[in-house]
Amino acid sequence: MHELSLAVQLVQTAEEAARAADAKRVTAVVVKIGALSGVAEEALRFAFDVAAADTLLAQARLEIHPVSVKVVCPRCGIVELPSLQRFCCPQCDTPTADVRTGREIELESIEVE
Amino acid sequence: MPPRIVQVRQGLLKKNDAIAAALRAEFAAAGTFVVNLVSGPGTGKTLLLERTLSALRDRGHRPAALVGDLATDNDAVRLARSGAPVRQINTHGLCHLEADMVGRHLGGWVLADHDYLFVENVGNLVCTASYDLGESLRLALLSVTEGEDKPLKYPMLFNTADAAIITKCDLATACEFDSVEAVRNLRAVRPGLPILRLSAKTGDGLDEWLAFLESRRGSEG
Repeated sequence: MHELSLAVQLVQTAEEAARAADAKRVTAVVVKIGALSGVAEEALRFAFDVAAADTLLAQARLEIHPVSVKVVCPRCGIVELPSLQRFCCPQCDTPTADVRTGREIELESIEVE
Repeated sequence: MPPRIVQVRQGLLKKNDAIAAALRAEFAAAGTFVVNLVSGPGTGKTLLLERTLSALRDRGHRPAALVGDLATDNDAVRLARSGAPVRQINTHGLCHLEADMVGRHLGGWVLADHDYLFVENVGNLVCTASYDLGESLRLALLSVTEGEDKPLKYPMLFNTADAAIITKCDLATACEFDSVEAVRNLRAVRPGLPILRLSAKTGDGLDEWLAFLESRRGSEG
């Protein structure tokens, strides 16, 4: 993946939100990363430290909340997919390509002072 | 001031998604059907495109192409032999194309003059999946030389595809390629995926591919 460019985008977005809230610094950022997003957590953490240097996020803690893949089964409704290698309902085995969660690469919230 | 929580809830690809949405509207207004070709390196994207551009022109269409690579304009030179307008996008190290690169390389082209626009993405099975380019059809290529289980190893890419082509089918026997298994794996990660088989070298399957393109473009209206 291209975690460094995502980390730069993350820092920019968080800084904008912090300034809009009249904050002096950001102490934590919470991001949602979907299992289907292709983002590698370790690479994002490494890139975040690089991107956050000399910004309002310099001391910020990065919290990553993984998001599982949920699909719509025409018979069972929204169900969680146990395996990315098989897009079928875990309850009734109906194939489904209707993905509702799992693609997120999202800044959820920031903790500021 | 005590620490406080500020909700942001913003996608980090929001900028790309917004540019892609604007491009999609522009393409639709011009009647340009846009195909984003994604695959690993060496699956035969460029040869498929070379044949596709020539064949579409023979059928009276007016296709154009953008081709992404880290460096060189080798592919653009190859594709230009078809007679279709072609532009190279050099990403200078970036592993995928982004919507604004596509937008910037359309300058000077009248979109309405082109009924098809092909965007050959950088050969990459991971990053290209996340970036919407405003395409009408995302086409994933799987070559018989790669092995049947590629879709299981890279589910993100194949899951976001609208159609797939199994390429280099003239080599299938030599590679002991199990086509049934490959189709099963593709549909395991993307149920209902339309799958075509093709050899750009021999031309086998090219007519079916062109018919598929024409019908998809027609149904987009």
